[in-house]
Amino acid sequence: MTDKTSAPKSSVTRRTTLLGMGAATGAGILSSVSPGFVRYSHAQTSAPIKLGFECHRTGIGASYGRWYERVARAAVKIINEEGGINGRPVKLIVEDDGTDPKRGAEVVEKFATQHKVDAVFGTLFSHVVVAAAPRAGELKMPYLVVSEGTHVSSGSLNRYCFQPGITDVRSQVTSVAPWITQNLGKKVTMIFPDYAFGYDHRDNLPPAIKAQGGEVVEMIAVPPTETSFTRYLPRIPADTDVLYHIMVGPAVLTFVTELGQFYGSQRPQIFGFIDSVEAVDLSTPQLSFLDGTYFWEGMPRYAQKDQSEWDKFYRTAVGVNENGASIADPKDIATYAHMYGVWETLFTIKQAMQTAGYNGPQDKAKFIEALEAIETFEEGRDHPQGNKIFNGKNHQVYGHHNISKVEGGRMDVVHRTSIEDGMYEVTADYTKMSL
Amino acid sequence: MAFGPFLLLATLEGLLQAAVLTLTALGLSLVFGVMRVVNVAHGEFYMLGAVVAWWVASMFSLHPAVGFFAALVISPLIVGAIAFASERLILKRLNYDPESTIVATIGMLYIIQQTVLLTYGPDARPVSAPFYYRIQLPWFGYSGYNLFVIAAAIVLLLAVWFVLSRTRLGLIMRATQFDREMAQAFGIPIERVYAFVFAAGAMLAAIAAVLIVPIRQAHYLMGLDPLLLSFIVVILGGLGSLRGTVIAALLIGLSDGIISVFFSPTLAKIISTLLVTLVLVFKPEGLFGAKAR
Amino acid sequence: MRSENTIRVIALHVGVLAALFLVQFVLPDYHHLALTRVMLLAIYAMGYNMLFGYTGLLSLGHAMFFAAGLYGAGMTAYYTDLGVPLAFVIGIICGAALSLVIGVIALRTTGVAFMIVTMMFGQVAYLTITYFTDYTRGEEGLTMPTSARSFDLLGLHVDLTNAVQRYNLALGLLALTLLVIFVVVRGPIGRVLIAIRENETRTLMLGFDTFRMKLGALVLSGTISAMAGAAYGLMFAYVGATFATIQYSIEALLFTLLGGAGTILGPLLGSILMFYIIDITSEYTQAYLLVTGVALVVLVLFFPKGILGTIRERWLSWLP
Repeated sequence: MTDKTSAPKSSVTRRTTLLGMGAATGAGILSSVSPGFVRYSHAQTSAPIKLGFECHRTGIGASYGRWYERVARAAVKIINEEGGINGRPVKLIVEDDGTDPKRGAEVVEKFATQHKVDAVFGTLFSHVVVAAAPRAGELKMPYLVVSEGTHVSSGSLNRYCFQPGITDVRSQVTSVAPWITQNLGKKVTMIFPDYAFGYDHRDNLPPAIKAQGGEVVEMIAVPPTETSFTRYLPRIPADTDVLYHIMVGPAVLTFVTELGQFYGSQRPQIFGFIDSVEAVDLSTPQLSFLDGTYFWEGMPRYAQKDQSEWDKFYRTAVGVNENGASIADPKDIATYAHMYGVWETLFTIKQAMQTAGYNGPQDKAKFIEALEAIETFEEGRDHPQGNKIFNGKNHQVYGHHNISKVEGGRMDVVHRTSIEDGMYEVTADYTKMSL
Repeated sequence: MAFGPFLLLATLEGLLQAAVLTLTALGLSLVFGVMRVVNVAHGEFYMLGAVVAWWVASMFSLHPAVGFFAALVISPLIVGAIAFASERLILKRLNYDPESTIVATIGMLYIIQQTVLLTYGPDARPVSAPFYYRIQLPWFGYSGYNLFVIAAAIVLLLAVWFVLSRTRLGLIMRATQFDREMAQAFGIPIERVYAFVFAAGAMLAAIAAVLIVPIRQAHYLMGLDPLLLSFIVVILGGLGSLRGTVIAALLIGLSDGIISVFFSPTLAKIISTLLVTLVLVFKPEGLFGAKAR
Repeated sequence: MRSENTIRVIALHVGVLAALFLVQFVLPDYHHLALTRVMLLAIYAMGYNMLFGYTGLLSLGHAMFFAAGLYGAGMTAYYTDLGVPLAFVIGIICGAALSLVIGVIALRTTGVAFMIVTMMFGQVAYLTITYFTDYTRGEEGLTMPTSARSFDLLGLHVDLTNAVQRYNLALGLLALTLLVIFVVVRGPIGRVLIAIRENETRTLMLGFDTFRMKLGALVLSGTISAMAGAAYGLMFAYVGATFATIQYSIEALLFTLLGGAGTILGPLLGSILMFYIIDITSEYTQAYLLVTGVALVVLVLFFPKGILGTIRERWLSWLP
């Protein structure tokens, strides 16, 4: 079930990298003053641009990590086939962080000082991002996360941290709230995990619903270690119009099953975030209850009737069929709604490096400034999810979101929000920080 | 929802929780009672039971019930065999020294968990229930399979009780538990009893897991929660006391659902864990166990 | 004979510290950074060893002391402007206070019960951190603000973002810990603790108040672990609930077992080796925790005394 094709290959390349590094450091003197600079100056055009992918191969983020890695490899392959970045090939270096904050910070250090990469990208789980970000900033390592968290956009990290590939939770919540109140109902009960990620929803949904004349009537926080949910369900008020759920982790299937048993056919409208069922097959019998409910999706898992040619291209490139499963193994469901963020991040890196004329770590400041100067992304092969607006001040991208309805074991988009729906007043400004 | 139906739901959930917990904790208690070994890897045997169940069930493409009942037989056997082997290879060599065995079983915990990650992968996978029947009550619906689990657990408990108290095998085990040297002097093959007990303990956890896996999915990290809960149950019930274990599992299972109505669930966990710790400190024989000799 | 050994022992420890000071001039960047982390984790493990190796009490909840220091220092630095040095001291005080309370309760038990009680308390500590997620941000944790990345102390400006300064701070703390443990263990108290480890009843009958001795050892152990946590949070600018999970308690045990329980330098050696074993194996396999598991089983089966313990037994009987 695990990715057997890429893992051995990657370890071989990393072994050779290691040997190379060892030889380089052994031969050279201590290069703490200008790491990497000396080594690149005599090989300016041929040396590869090294991108470090901080991957959740193990730990609770592993289902996502596996797919993020496949997407990263597919995007790098295309970039290299098209001549790399500024004429230099891109070399992908993958390190597992175990979805663990401590290891995550160590991995960023390892990328910066041992692999001497040019940028690090791809981290998803917010606790890992929050732990690794200060280290990235202090090592002056561009750190491009694909996390959804509000940590980048709220300004609590630093100038080296970006989220150009995926929108943040605040934007997601803000943009779907009007649709929920207009189409599903005004009295909302939310069920969310009792930890920081859930709090982003808890803090942002009620004001967004209120602004539309609705009301959040009950907020049910569930501890992340919980494996059974039935006993929380009676707390849902009987007059609830809409049940808003955002659950992550392995227990989500249980959550849906128990919800189904609890309500049967007489249920309120249900709106959830696809995070709950990413990498899970919707045609699983336990999930039949979800029929007729709605999900937020970043990018629609099932190929739509009006599928863009870019979605078609991207889908094939990352090895996903029209039902959102692996072409090689139809039982292996992709984290399709999120993983485009990795693809778009990589093409953003390419774009900014080309604008900056990036030629090595000495150009990092120019690279950061080039990223900050980006204002929009056009829909296209590099940005198959759709066009986007990038805010150079809080380093966050804003884009369209999809609301999909589950019907007959698949999901179809019923509404696509505008970019403006997800915009809010930005107070953070990283550009004031020194580089 | 009104309080009455609410209490009914909490009770049903509590019974389900208690049913699974009793079987799991019984395994832990049996191993501790007879061998004086605290098996930290117990939760991983539970997880292994669920993962093997998924594997067995997915091989049968017939009616889900076929796969389920096949898993109910095969999974405990495989888990028992693995437990047997690890007892022979590791615990026996440590001469059952209490502290060394804890360290060794922590090691086993990681070995089992990570091997499953390598082979089975990180996803949570469902096993179909042998039947689907939803009972519609006036206030809410409830799964008929959940009731089956409760019934099955009661039958299994009676079977365990029968073996322990009415058969020669049970007599041997009780004798070993009571006085190891004396039992040996009477010609009881202590080592074989130990290996058997360790395997049986793991099998009980595996059976509990197979029963629960149609409700909760098989996942490689699912072992920690039952481990901690089993510890709590076994401590409350008195280390090594079977009767106490059953009572404590009922108490924990039922109270868990009801307490969390009044407190935040995290706070409820904090309070219950603290209480149990204090029981272990101030009343080490447990609330229901007999005084230690 | 005795004084000759003392000289040897002192020379060994000074030598180790000198070596750690000198390697920073030749180490490649990554290993320089890694060693900073490892030294702090070694302090944590040395604190653990104080209790496990010298007093014979196996705790499965030591992460709570590490976390007490981590959060005591980190939350002070995050929410107040008391400054880094004071935050560090507050972290240590939190650890000392927590270990005193835990000790008074948990030390009523011994052996297996002590393990379980400490494990349970560790779990309570973890849950408490997540319960107050509004302030601690739970699992996600807090990033230290820029204001807490440097400080002035005694006319010295210390910049925590500077790798060299951080390394030498960590080394300084390691030296301090080594000195404290050395004095305690080699002195009369240490001999009583070892006597408790070997046979508590006999020590009690000899007229020693073993409960107070054990309590002292636990508080010292918890305080040292908390110091490691406080330093870790402040130096690497992050505090988070995962540091309080049982896995981090087990790591202290593993480092100590590997290096040699009841040897002063064992935890340091164990931390260094384990860090690199995991760092290197994670390049080749996704299941690097498997290595942790195998290491635990192999150690307890074949090298229960750990590396330095085995060396002491076979060759260097003077090794402390």
